[in-house]
Order: sequence, then structure tokens, then C-alpha cells
Amino acid sequence: MDDALVFHRLQFAFTIVYHYLFPQLTMGLALLIVIMKALGLRQGGERWNDAARFWIRIFGINFAVGVVTGIPMEFQFGTNWAKFSRHAGSVIGQTLAMEGLFAFFLESSFLFLLVWGERRLSKIGHFLAAVALFLGSWLSGYFIIATNAFMQYPVGHAVAADGTLRLVDFWAFVLSPWAIVQYAHNMVAAVVTGAFVMAAVGAYYTLTRRHLPTAGLFLRLGVTAALVASVLVTVTGDRQAKLVARHQPVALAAMEGRFESGAHAGLNVIGQPNVSARRLDNPVVIPWVLSFLAFGTFQAPVQGLDAFPRDDWPDNIELLYYSFHIMAGLGTILTAIAFVAVLLWWAGRLERSRPMLWILMLAFPLPYIANTVGWMTAELGRQPWLIFGVFRTAQGASPTVHAGTVLFTLIGFCGLYLALGILFLFLIGREIAHGPAPLSPAGRGHVEPVHA
Amino acid sequence: MLETWYVIAALMFAIYVALDGFDLGAGIVSPFVARSDPERRQVLAAIGPYWDGNEVWLLAAGGALFVAFPRVLASGISGFYFAIFLLLWCLLGRGIAIEFRSHVVEPLWRAAWDFVFAAASTLLAVFFGAAFGNLMRGVSLDRDGWFALPLFTDWSARDPVGILDWYTVLTGVFALLALGAHGATFLAWKTDGPVHDRSRRAARRLWIAVAVLWPVVTAASHVVNSSLFPGMGRRWLAIAAALFAIAGIVAVFVRLARGGDFGAFLGSCAFLLGIIGASAASYFPVMLRATGGDALSLTAYTGGGDEAGLRIALRWFLVGAPLALIYLGVVIWLHRGKAVAAAEGEGY
Repeated sequence: MDDALVFHRLQFAFTIVYHYLFPQLTMGLALLIVIMKALGLRQGGERWNDAARFWIRIFGINFAVGVVTGIPMEFQFGTNWAKFSRHAGSVIGQTLAMEGLFAFFLESSFLFLLVWGERRLSKIGHFLAAVALFLGSWLSGYFIIATNAFMQYPVGHAVAADGTLRLVDFWAFVLSPWAIVQYAHNMVAAVVTGAFVMAAVGAYYTLTRRHLPTAGLFLRLGVTAALVASVLVTVTGDRQAKLVARHQPVALAAMEGRFESGAHAGLNVIGQPNVSARRLDNPVVIPWVLSFLAFGTFQAPVQGLDAFPRDDWPDNIELLYYSFHIMAGLGTILTAIAFVAVLLWWAGRLERSRPMLWILMLAFPLPYIANTVGWMTAELGRQPWLIFGVFRTAQGASPTVHAGTVLFTLIGFCGLYLALGILFLFLIGREIAHGPAPLSPAGRGHVEPVHA
Repeated sequence: MLETWYVIAALMFAIYVALDGFDLGAGIVSPFVARSDPERRQVLAAIGPYWDGNEVWLLAAGGALFVAFPRVLASGISGFYFAIFLLLWCLLGRGIAIEFRSHVVEPLWRAAWDFVFAAASTLLAVFFGAAFGNLMRGVSLDRDGWFALPLFTDWSARDPVGILDWYTVLTGVFALLALGAHGATFLAWKTDGPVHDRSRRAARRLWIAVAVLWPVVTAASHVVNSSLFPGMGRRWLAIAAALFAIAGIVAVFVRLARGGDFGAFLGSCAFLLGIIGASAASYFPVMLRATGGDALSLTAYTGGGDEAGLRIALRWFLVGAPLALIYLGVVIWLHRGKAVAAAEGEGY
């Protein structure tokens, strides 16, 4: 691999991992805010509206950083991956352009109303602004996943005389089975992040005995949503793994650290892939389970890396293997935490159980890690292909951009994003310290002419 | 079909300039028209409901270019690699400045973000103007349709060209003045009190500068690219757009003199749409002009995607574009009247 390609990949990886810290929370929170606003409408009173107002402020700060870190992502297809854009732009340009037209306009038009307009809109109007924002952010997620799904499992296209890809079947492309499964998996995972962050803030307030009534709402909604979503993550993750087994068997072999093919394949729970020796060191294996999970029977043969030419192996098997295992492990841990928390709530002891509150307060980074390594699993598994089986990553980089230039912009992003991260944490910390507050006549949501 | 998409892409970029132009322009003139903290917040309140949606037009226009003219997008954006990243960082800093400024009541915090907002808006206007100049002048495309431009070479506007030379600096300055004038006109419409009065004064002065520089830039464009005017003469659309621009700038002066701020802002929008429309129509079918000869230029025909894909895209575009315009209408209607600064601590 030449240096420029390494830096192109690093820059895209770094900027997208950083970017995705923000949308995963806003997409999850968007749903939870709609639920809170709906409960507020149904039950009357201000409890749920106060709770929603707090999360709308957190949403706003996250959304702002998500938007500004998302803009470079769209441009990098052209700046860094120009050959790929030229090759596949007629196809993937469709979903990327649709994201702008159908999702971004919706989000940008209604965010301001949701954040600033509580006094100007009726209760129903404010609820509808929350719904519009939810639709916008979830649609945005769909178009991105559909784009990625094409790169994982290309369908609906044909190769033209000049070698570029053309769209032939719009619906096959937009509603590809891979896109639907990956989207479901991704969105419930985003809800897990939103739910655990909500529960963490609720636990923090409960432990410090502040904002107690609202903190109880955060805790209850948080752990309930966390349990439902983390169970759905497991279900959808299983569906997705079956797709990987069928359509990207080489990626499955690398994710599992499986070097040799054979029937009755065991599931590797722990172990360190030793790629040069082509074996898994210190493996802990559950026999036959991989065959069952991948293909539904315990005898099913599962291909190992030995079934594929070395050139087609993912180019970072170690990182892929650990990403997958960390994702699966954290998913299990998060489901267990949510399950125990919901049991405690049913027993009426959640708010008095200090160990559980400590666990909930400290667990909020885990879904972020799980989501990040989940994306890494998908993207590293796709390597060495940009479009799986069709177009290699090494063919896709911009021909006229040399390594020095990319390194310059990569360093620039590192610096800018570091500063942005510090500012973000500072502002979020202030919001959490400030806590939820009622809509007071002179305070938030109130508009007062400067030149009265 | 490729002609249709050329028009769509040009129209979307023109709308982007007219919309994001006013919030960039508000940033450019903000240090001059807003002097105290409440006045700064008044400026931000005026653009607050719109700026994010305005910026989406850039992404949507880029998306239209991506699906319809992937070769043009790939060559153009990778060739201007370095400039694009400077542009992205300015967009990033500016967005954060607008969003973060009002969170903390602390003079230094706010002064720092005010500076970032004004500086990034100014740089962005110059960049966009210079980018436009680069398109008009042409870039050093090779036989495979690729190029890479350094930031500057010998400033001569002749091969080997850089991104900056006397001509593109001129278009950059022109864009700075035009967007500043546009933003000042917008603020005159949407604010009241001292900010309104200062914005009107700034708008008048800036529009005089624009009116003086416009013929100069036009003549300079003819010097660096002699094919623009013959292109214009052959196309009624280009002539109509140029007349629209002239009508727009005349309306600006008439309305500013008589005190009709909204009319002046509409005139200002017409001027920007007109000059971009006239340029795009004169430029057609070229999309990226090669300094090494017309045969190397990327045109709508050589840089475009396939017919079938574009027919599909046109269908969803005709659903999505009206939706976007409806949302814009809703936002404008909900925020009708003069903008009022947010109370301290409002929002997020």
C-alpha cells in the first residue's frame, strides 16, 4: 500500500469515527424525545415536558457538532476518493443526494423550532416539530446505510462500456435486504446509546439527590428503552451476521478468527489471531455454535480464511477480529445491565439500589464503544474492497493528491477535532450541572424584544 | 437529460449562493453593524432560523453534481483538494461559532466566537468567489481529466495556473463585497433599531462598490476566457439572466433609497441569481474548463452520468425539491417580522 492510500484511509476512518459519536446519540434521543413529548401530551402536566426540554438542549449541542463534522464526510468522497466517485457516483450519488434533499432539509428546518420554539408553538405543534426532527434524522441514517449497504453487497447496478457502474434497478438498490437489516441493527444500537446516556444522567442525579422527580423519569425511560433496544440489537445483529456469512464469508472467517474451513464450526469466544502462523492463540471455543448461528444447523460447513486467496483477505484481520468481539461482548454486557435494571425497577428498588445506579452512571461510554467497533467491523470486513467483490480500495483514491497533502489535512482534523471535543465536553458538562428546569416566564423558551 | 441536470445543478448552486450568501454576508458585516452584545445577538437571531438550512443547499447541490456529473465532481473536488479543506474548516468553525456563542455569558468567550464567525464568513466568501473565478478561467486538466492545482504560482492567470492569481483574487474580492452587501441588505430587512440603521448604511456603500466592480470583473472574465461572451450572445437564457441581474441591482438602489428593505433584499437575491445564471448559461456545456485547450475540458456530455440513472434521479428530485422549498416557506413564515434577540439562556 502506498503512503497516500494509508493516509486517505486514516483520514476517512478518523473523521467518520469521530462524526458518528454524535449522530448515534441524536438519532437515539430523537426517538426518546418523541416518546417524552407524546407522554407529555397524554398525561398533561409539565413533568415529561421538563424532561424533554433538558434532552432537547443536549440534543441541540450534539446535533451542532454532528452537522459540522458531517459536512467533511460528504466532501471526502470527492477529495480523497475521486476515482471511486467517478466509478460509482452514478449509483451511490443517488442515496447521498437523497439524504440532502429528503433528510437534511427536514432536520434543519425543524430543529430550530424544536429548540427555540416551545413558547411560539402549541403543544401539538412542538410535538410535531419533534416528530419532524425524528423523521429527518432517521431518514438521514437510512440513506447513509443504503449507500454503505451497496458497498457491502452491491445490487441493482450494471457495468457500463467505460467500466463505470450504472443504476439499473432503483428499488433493488434502495431497498436492498442488506440495507434493511443493517439499518435496523444500526438504529436500535443508536437507541441503546441514547437510552444509556439518559439512564446515566438519571442515575447521576439520583445518586447526588438532585432533580429527583425528573431523574426518576430519565431512569425509568432510559432503562426500559435500553432493554428493548439491546434485545433488538441482538436479534438484528444475528440477522446481519447471517447475511455476512452468506455474502461475505471471508469477512466472517476473519471476524471469527477462523483460519481453517470445516463443518461443526465452533464459536471462538476469546483468543488472539496469529495471522502469520494462521491460527488463533489461546482460544476458548463453544463447539458447533458458529455453524448454527451462521447457517441454522450444527453440521453446516463454515469456510475459514484458507478457502480464499490471500489477496482477498481483509487487510487488518487482528483489528477486525477484536472489533467484532468487543462489539458482541459489550452488547451482551449492556443487555444484562438493562435487564437487571428493569427487574429492579419492577421490584420498586431501582432508585434505592446504589450499586445499580453506579453501574448505570458509569456504563454510558460502553454503547459508544460498541457502536464504534460495530462500524469498524462492517468497514474492515469489507476490505480490501471499496465495493465488495467489484472495486478495490486501492483503485479508489484520488490520483492527484499526494501523501504530504493528505497528512497535512489529517493533522489539521486531529487538532480541530481535539479542540471541538474539549468545547463539547465543557458545554455538555455545564448542561448536566445545570439540570432540567421548568419553562419559566423570563427564562428558556421566552422571547423578549431587545428594542421594546 | 444531461442538459436538464446542468440546469438543476446550476440552479441549486445559485439558490445556495442567494440563501447562504445572506448569512455569510451577515457574518461579514457583523463587526461593523453590531457593536454591543445584545446587537450581536440580534444579528444571530436574524440568521438563526435559516443558516443551517441554507447550508444544506450546498450539500444538496453537491449531491446533484455527484449523481449527475460524477466525473466533474471527482476531478473538480480532488483537484482543489487543499482549498476544499480550508473551506470545510471555515464552515466547521463558523457553524460552531454560531451554535456555541450564546451558551456562556462571558465577554471573552463571546468575543472569541464573534471573531471566528466574522473571520470564517469573510474567508468563505473570498473562497467561493475565487472558486468561481477558477471555473471561469479554467484549470490544468490532463488527458484523463485530472488536475491538481497549487494554491498559487506566478499570479498571471496563464498556465501553469494556481488557485489564486490576479483574476481569481479579483473575483474573490467581488464575492466578498457582493455577499457583504447581500447580508447587510438582509439585516436591514430583518432587524430594527441601531443595527437596522447601520446595516442600511453599510448596504448602500457596499452596493455602490459592487456596482463599480461588476463591470470590471465582467471585463476581466472576458480577458481570461474569451469564449464566455460569444456563449452568452448565442443563448437567450444567458441574456435573460443578465437582464434579471441588472433589474435586481437597480431594484436594490431604488428600494434602499425609498426605504423598502424587503424589496431591496429581493433585488439583491435577483442580482445574485442573475449573475450566476448568466455565467452558467454562457459557460454551458463546459463544466470544468481546461487551460490546455477546449478538447480537454469536461463538459456536461463528457463529465455526466448515464441517462437511465438520471431519469430515475429526476423522479425523486421532483418530489424532494418542492418539499425542501415548502419547508423553507414554513420557516420564513414562522419567523416573519423583525428578528428579536434571544433572551439570555434561551435555546440550548
